[in-house]
Amino acid sequence: MFNWLHPYAKTERAYALCNTLLPYFFVTAVVGLLVGFIWGLAFAPTDYQQGDSFRIIYIHVPSAILSMSTYVAMAIAGFVGLVWQWKTAYMSMIAIAPVGAVLTFISLFTGAAWGKPMWGTWWIWDARLTAQLILFFLYLGVMALYGAFSDKTQAGKSAAIMALVGVINIPIIHYSVEWWNTLHQGATITKFGKPSIALSMLWPLLISIVGTVGLIGTLVMMNLKNQILRRELHRPWVIALLQKTEQR
Amino acid sequence: MKSVNPLTSIIKRDLVLAYRQKAELLQPLLFFVMVITLFPLGIGPGPETLQKVGPGVIWVAAILSALLGMDKLFRDDFNDGSLEQLQLAHVSLSWAMFAKVFVHWCGSFLPLLLISPLLALFLNLTPAMYWALIQTLALGTPLLSLIGAIAVALTVGLQRGGVLLSLLLIPVFIPLLIFATSAVDSAAMGLNYAPQLAIIGAMLCFAVAITPFAISYAIRVSHH
Repeated sequence: MFNWLHPYAKTERAYALCNTLLPYFFVTAVVGLLVGFIWGLAFAPTDYQQGDSFRIIYIHVPSAILSMSTYVAMAIAGFVGLVWQWKTAYMSMIAIAPVGAVLTFISLFTGAAWGKPMWGTWWIWDARLTAQLILFFLYLGVMALYGAFSDKTQAGKSAAIMALVGVINIPIIHYSVEWWNTLHQGATITKFGKPSIALSMLWPLLISIVGTVGLIGTLVMMNLKNQILRRELHRPWVIALLQKTEQR
Repeated sequence: MKSVNPLTSIIKRDLVLAYRQKAELLQPLLFFVMVITLFPLGIGPGPETLQKVGPGVIWVAAILSALLGMDKLFRDDFNDGSLEQLQLAHVSLSWAMFAKVFVHWCGSFLPLLLISPLLALFLNLTPAMYWALIQTLALGTPLLSLIGAIAVALTVGLQRGGVLLSLLLIPVFIPLLIFATSAVDSAAMGLNYAPQLAIIGAMLCFAVAITPFAISYAIRVSHH
């Protein structure tokens, strides 16, 4: 595993890897989101209780589910950076952060828009909403800490430590707010047991989740490429690359 | 010649420093009391309202004053180079950091514990609630110090770390706030609040085991 990963500590190899992976993520994103959203928004059956407004689930659930995994991915990248001292790991960590923050914001926003017709209020101090809001704050904290340093290696290390502190805290926050107050419906899809949603509604949901994964991957790869180029601006390979694009 | 344990000398030095800078010890404490004075003025002096919001108010004020005072934890030592000397010293940096955090806790949170009976009177807490509050403060404030020290160590090299420190730490402190206030609420209703205390205690044990390493690593990063 390590031998396989190790070459990507070099920025040039990591850049090339981004270029290879980008089209796959992009295609997954376009196909998944188009199929999932069109199927979900136009063709899936109407909910017997919530009417058409349940359709926001096709945006809300993917972003909500993935916002937490994105945080974990960011923390893992930070951990790899701390253990093996790879600057590409720090770069990917900070490439993931804004994507995750926006994702968390989308889930909060769509949740509020869904809550208005269903619960009769935009915001309620319910456990999941609160946990999501705290997650949003954690993302912003990591980004703020990274931005505060002018030396980017130090910034990466510091932000990685903070991301790890956050990732240890996420389960604690999750269960503490759950205990504190809960109104949100239980999880609709779980790994174990039968999902409590009709198959005709479930399929487009799963497809949009896959599409969202593709979208996250695309954005992270593009962001990481930018990070690498900006940090390595004076390396020969970047200069060569820039000259090549200019000639075109 | 008698050899001196480096840890005791760190503790002694920090205690002396803290004692000689009394203003810096007193200011967060005054801030704490004043914030609590604001609440009855802001939400009305009804004894029942105050009793209901009291535990939360005290804990929020404690967290805010902790954030205010915490900024100072490593700053002077960082600026005059003593932290760098500590890294070269004949003692593990984790232990040294643990000692420093312990002294900081003694200086900033022990007075807060001592003054809390007064606040219990201000906010009309019952004796049972007060007893629960003291227990949560005794278990919870070391946790504030330990976790906070990580972020302080990370931001110590920055010019303006103060607001950033709050941004980093407030989300991390939320579970503690929830469990602590829920313990006091249970006490108010005459229920058993041992589970909440046990959870805070567990978090404290975990923090004692892990955070010294994180703090010392963060200090090394800051001296990059």
